[in-house]
Amino acid sequence: MSTESGAVLAAPAGAVPVAVVGNPNTGKSTLFNALTGARQQVGNYPGVTVERKTGLCRTPGREFLLVDLPGTYSLAASSQDEQVVVDVLSGRLPGEPRPQAVLCVVDATNLRRNLFLVSQVAEAGLPLVIALTMADEAGKRGIRIDAARLSARLGVPVIPCAVPRGQGVAELREALVQVAGRPNAFPPVPWPPAVAEAVREVAAADPGLTPAEAHRHLFDLEPAREPAPAVAAVLGKARQRILDGGLNPVSAEAYLRYRHLDALLEGSVSPADPVRAARPYAVDRFLTHRFWGLLAFCTIMFGVFASIYWVADPIMKGIEWLQGKFQVWAGEGLTSRPMLQALVVDGLINGVGSVVIFLPQILILFFFVALLEDTGYMARAAFLMDKVFSWTGLNGKSFVPMLSSFACAVPAILATRTIEDPKARLSTILVSPLMSCSARLPVYSLMVGAFIAPRFGALWAGAAFFAMHLLGLVVAIPIAFFINRFLLKLRTLPFILEMPPYRLPTLRGVAMKMFSNGKEFVVRAGTVIFAFSILVWALTYFPHPESVGRETEAVARARGLGAKDVERAVGSAYLEQSLMGRFGKSVQPVFAPAGFDWKITVAALAAFPAREMLVATLGIVYATEGEADSSDLRDRLGQERWPDGRPIFTPVVAVALMVFFAFCLQCGSTVAVMAREAGWKWAAFAFAYMTGLAWLGAVAVYQGGSLIWGKGA
Amino acid sequence: MSLKDLAIDRAGSIVEVAGAGAVAQRLLAMGFLPGTSVRVVQVAPFGDPITVEVDGWRVSLRLSEAASLKVRPA
Ligand SMILES: Nc1nc2c(ncn2[C@@H]2O[C@H](COP(=O)(O)OP(=O)(O)O)[C@@H](O)[C@H]2O)c(=O)[nH]1
Repeated sequence: MSTESGAVLAAPAGAVPVAVVGNPNTGKSTLFNALTGARQQVGNYPGVTVERKTGLCRTPGREFLLVDLPGTYSLAASSQDEQVVVDVLSGRLPGEPRPQAVLCVVDATNLRRNLFLVSQVAEAGLPLVIALTMADEAGKRGIRIDAARLSARLGVPVIPCAVPRGQGVAELREALVQVAGRPNAFPPVPWPPAVAEAVREVAAADPGLTPAEAHRHLFDLEPAREPAPAVAAVLGKARQRILDGGLNPVSAEAYLRYRHLDALLEGSVSPADPVRAARPYAVDRFLTHRFWGLLAFCTIMFGVFASIYWVADPIMKGIEWLQGKFQVWAGEGLTSRPMLQALVVDGLINGVGSVVIFLPQILILFFFVALLEDTGYMARAAFLMDKVFSWTGLNGKSFVPMLSSFACAVPAILATRTIEDPKARLSTILVSPLMSCSARLPVYSLMVGAFIAPRFGALWAGAAFFAMHLLGLVVAIPIAFFINRFLLKLRTLPFILEMPPYRLPTLRGVAMKMFSNGKEFVVRAGTVIFAFSILVWALTYFPHPESVGRETEAVARARGLGAKDVERAVGSAYLEQSLMGRFGKSVQPVFAPAGFDWKITVAALAAFPAREMLVATLGIVYATEGEADSSDLRDRLGQERWPDGRPIFTPVVAVALMVFFAFCLQCGSTVAVMAREAGWKWAAFAFAYMTGLAWLGAVAVYQGGSLIWGKGA
Repeated sequence: MSLKDLAIDRAGSIVEVAGAGAVAQRLLAMGFLPGTSVRVVQVAPFGDPITVEVDGWRVSLRLSEAASLKVRPA
């Protein structure tokens, strides 16, 4: 779904592509960062929501292009992630050169399970190097590994590393240079004759298959992608052969492979000391306890959420202040060219500002996400919350993105990358923007402050705020259920999640994750957000005949208005006849059932690129101050009348408008980020369903309210 | 009995991984082979999922997945 594939996929001439594979939680990203430094690029594989990360690794003689593949326990391709690993190793992805070597990341504390994947990967025949990470941790647990002996037994270089301390990284670079061009000598699994014959049969059905692929077709009973008809035709017979050989096709691979590995490992590894091995898990007694664990969870999540909300806020105010200064400065320099002035001030500077404004939240959220992941707590959070999500078809991993979207959906959508299952990730992306983000607050405070608080008192005002925040969450859960069940046909996700030992994260690791996400947002989503801002500026600016300004000004002066009010009247007149204003007037009938007049409609439409603009736009439409706490604006809203004299803004209309804002996807940045992460098709879907929901909600409130309290209430 | 019925802190030995789908194969690939010993180390606050220790590492599973792992209590 990346449009940059052309640019990203082009490897620098001469850089040898090397795939990096390994189980999750093995220190794969840490190693990748240590080998490539900041020379990284992130994108998506074409057509799937699987992240593609590459980086350049320089050695004196050669340059390697490391391709970081998704962490997986097995090549059994039951998900998109695993399918990508198999496809890349076989050179099946269009535009993706087949790697010329594989770097296998193997966790030394968990050698046996990690080598399962290595032995599958070895079947691809490519040159292979094993990075034995967490060698320091293995030592602490009393595990002794004879790396030289192991390397001799496995037929491939085995380099023990403790990456955060820099140990083993230089040796790995050397090993990559040495193995280049030499197929690996990893001892193949001695398949019994029946299995070997079955593999041959599958391979013969399609001469284009690599041996690794032939094994996968034979062993994987529920693949993510159906094999070609010619292959599918022989599978039944081939599996029957395994059965006839006295083995169960479900378990034959695991059984034979592990038996082979046990023989290879014999004498190279000593087992862990049980007391010392339990230490890094000790805090689990507390952190997953049914009372203390939940308390700790709520405290941690509150801390994360509150920091995003409160720490980012002053920084964002600062950015807005700076932006304002810039606009004044640029505006003064361009007074002689009004159209250029408007383009620079309201278009360009505003566009840049609307990208930069998200950075504080994104950086803070990803600081915490990286911290939670690297310590190992993220897995515990998913463990604690799984029950809450399981009935929707999702699992506990959706919790953090959902919570973050109460601050802002943009970083939240980026945070869904921690969810491996692409469908679960997609449906979390689709419902996240329903959570009431901080940009909806000014709208709520204007409406509540003007129409609820004065009539019903502070208690109801508070309740209204709370209800608006709850509303999104309450509808998100059933919507997630429907999307999963009927749209994505998500099989109930299994929840098989490793609980890694607790680790002390490194500042470098956390900082790198934080900044790479920030950079990626600016590069990938920033451009689209910027383009949106310019487009919307154009829609509210053009056409811009000078006569409108002159006439309005003359009328306003004749009424004896002050300079400020004259200026506002002119702004209001221009908006009314702009493309946006005309469009708003022509679609007002659609919003009439929700009690919106054309002015509310224009303001609501103009707020589609960024919902917080509603208040400012209402200010322009009513030619008054555009601030949520402005008594001027509140008074003006209260004075608005329908032609028959009924007030336009009643508490019911105010609530209808708030409900509309609660549901509607009025945020160009969210749409842009969605499109980047999930494709334009899904972004359009989210936009459509949320707008539909918003309209229905607003109409239901207005019609219901009018029925109960009458049209004038 | 299955892993689902094993009490917390009790160990058992895997007898069979039931089922013929991707989940069974994933569990097998992770090392839940017949003869392997497992121990329930945690139960989530709402009773589901559970965390088990196998071969020196820990993994959490839902009861529905744990049900497919037949065990003999040690
Ligand atoms: N002791 C030790 N910790 C490591 C090593 N490599 C990574 N870590 C830590 O392990 C955690 C997870 O690392 P990460 O690279 O994110 O793992 P990934 O999930 O495989 O990408 C982080 O807290 C790292 O600092 C290592 O060789 N030794």
